[in-house]
Amino acid sequence: MHRHLDRKFSLILPAVLVALVAASCGGSSTPAPASSEPSASAPAAASSAPSPSAPAATTLKVALIAPSAVNDLAFTQSMVEALNSLKTKFNLEIAVSDNQFVVATAANVIRNYASQGYNLVIAHGSQYGSTIQQLAPQFPNVSFAWGTAGSTFNLPNVFAYQANSNEGGYVQGAMAALLSKSKVLGVIGPIAVGDAKLYVDGFCAGAKSVEASISCIPVYTGSFSDVSLMATAAKTFVANKADALTGSAQAVVGAIGVARSSNLPWFGTQWTQVSLAPQNVVSSQIYNWAPTLEQIITEIRGGKLGGAVYTLTLGNGGLQIQFNPDFKLAADVKAKVDTLIKGISDGTIKLP
Amino acid sequence: MNQFFTLDVLTVTVASGIALATPFLLAALGETIGQRSGVINLGVDGIMLLAAFATYYIALQTGNLLLAILAGAGTGTIMGIITALVSVTLKAEQGISGIGIYLFGLGFSALLFQKLVGTPLPIATLPPVGIPLLDEIPVVGGMFFKQSMLVYLAFLLVPVVAFVLNRTTYGLKIKAVGENPAAADSLGVSVARIRWSTVILGCTFAGLAGASLLLYGGIFQVNLTQSEGFIAVALVYFGAWRPVGVMGGSLLYGLVGVVILTWKSLGIIPLSASDLAATAPAVITVLALLFIARRFRQPAALGRPYEREG
Repeated sequence: MHRHLDRKFSLILPAVLVALVAASCGGSSTPAPASSEPSASAPAAASSAPSPSAPAATTLKVALIAPSAVNDLAFTQSMVEALNSLKTKFNLEIAVSDNQFVVATAANVIRNYASQGYNLVIAHGSQYGSTIQQLAPQFPNVSFAWGTAGSTFNLPNVFAYQANSNEGGYVQGAMAALLSKSKVLGVIGPIAVGDAKLYVDGFCAGAKSVEASISCIPVYTGSFSDVSLMATAAKTFVANKADALTGSAQAVVGAIGVARSSNLPWFGTQWTQVSLAPQNVVSSQIYNWAPTLEQIITEIRGGKLGGAVYTLTLGNGGLQIQFNPDFKLAADVKAKVDTLIKGISDGTIKLP
Repeated sequence: MNQFFTLDVLTVTVASGIALATPFLLAALGETIGQRSGVINLGVDGIMLLAAFATYYIALQTGNLLLAILAGAGTGTIMGIITALVSVTLKAEQGISGIGIYLFGLGFSALLFQKLVGTPLPIATLPPVGIPLLDEIPVVGGMFFKQSMLVYLAFLLVPVVAFVLNRTTYGLKIKAVGENPAAADSLGVSVARIRWSTVILGCTFAGLAGASLLLYGGIFQVNLTQSEGFIAVALVYFGAWRPVGVMGGSLLYGLVGVVILTWKSLGIIPLSASDLAATAPAVITVLALLFIARRFRQPAALGRPYEREG
């Protein structure tokens, strides 16, 4: 009898354990967290769309599905901060499901939000594209937005957004070349796709525009989230005389640690990374999604649920170069960089 | 290619490879002890994650890295007690319960991170400690003798574990329980007690592995381990359940990974082959596993809960 009970219990316990786990793993679904950045350091929402001067009367329910944590200091956090900045102005009710790195699970979450009466469902990752293409026709009254990507699949209720991250990459690459004495730069990416590749390519193009012979060979680790591999890649660059580092993906926190311990300049992208290395981050390319979101929300309130593609650029304020005031940048370097930003913004400088 | 063979690059490549191999080595050594007693633990990765978070949180709160490492190891010990309870006392199917432990570690570490920390902040990494005289040997000193104390500890544990398994009564009992628990039981060896001790010890090693991984990068992230715990389990098979073999597998995995990264950074591997090259450590390890591990057999009672007959 005792053995029989033991066997029964041995079957039940793992099942209970897995059930308990299911409740806690695979990301969290919560109301959007309050902004973790002081407003002074957060990018301003330079709106180009008409916006109401008072909060809109009706609540707009917005759901965000993102692949990494809301506080990743990168891709996801940039979107969360933008949504939060618009919450009062547009009377938004925001729900966030982060850490949705498993696309199949994310697809269920997206479907749930769409069926629960959310007005706008944002699938913040290019990996969610096929899910949006499949689900959007099933929920014609729900607006979907996804990116970074340039296609709405010709669906009337899908918006797409992308970032010309090569623009900020170009500026920061030029800055790195101006600061570098060894003329060797360390550039780390996750996988050679999307805006990570755009940024990396832009960075090296910018560096070579200053010094054609500079060494700027990107290393792609093969993972968006392998912190130790990114740290190791940074160490190999330092061993190879690199004296300025940059990288894209949420795993760059490991590489930033190497920049900090080696006391080398670091250039960030997607969100400000100053908190990780206050003395070493020179500048960060900020993804300011607020103007894009304002346009999307305005379209939805006007009855248009999709069919447009938005692009973040330095010119439209979607991309911003945020300098770290604690990093003493030489005045002549700053002047050259400002000229570059202005030229790219107004179109007088064409990027390769 | 000439750039690769410069002193600075070679030194950092080997030193980084050894550091990168350390979490694998610690976790795989612990798993070796458990598997020699007949218990397979697939929850290593989850335990590493929980231990990494505990290490991070204590380091963040106190700034004391030694205390943080102890917290990581202690977390491993606690998870070892849970694992032993499920696998040994309750005789659960070890593969399924291990996956349950893994999922628990993955989810709960992420939950704790979000609730207790929020925005990630960096902590100090373990500083390299030079071994007097040895660290001054040209080339070799920089490669091997300027590592963190957890690296030294991991490699010192290799002969210690080998000695315990092969030269002590406790080690003989572990192997007896792993090969033929009924025979060991008939000779008065408590199978449950031996397995409890090996599982707890193995999980404590997994805790140290999580601590060493965390203190290498100096920051926690959701799913920080990137399945390193599962690779550690594979390395036990690679090493044919022998500590020295496990060390060889861990070093191979770590060094191949770093050599690939270095070749990428020097342009030796073209960008077009970058993603393919990233799979090299896994491919080489699997190939080696096919050729080496087939010559050895696993402990006869591996994965089987023991029930006394009669």
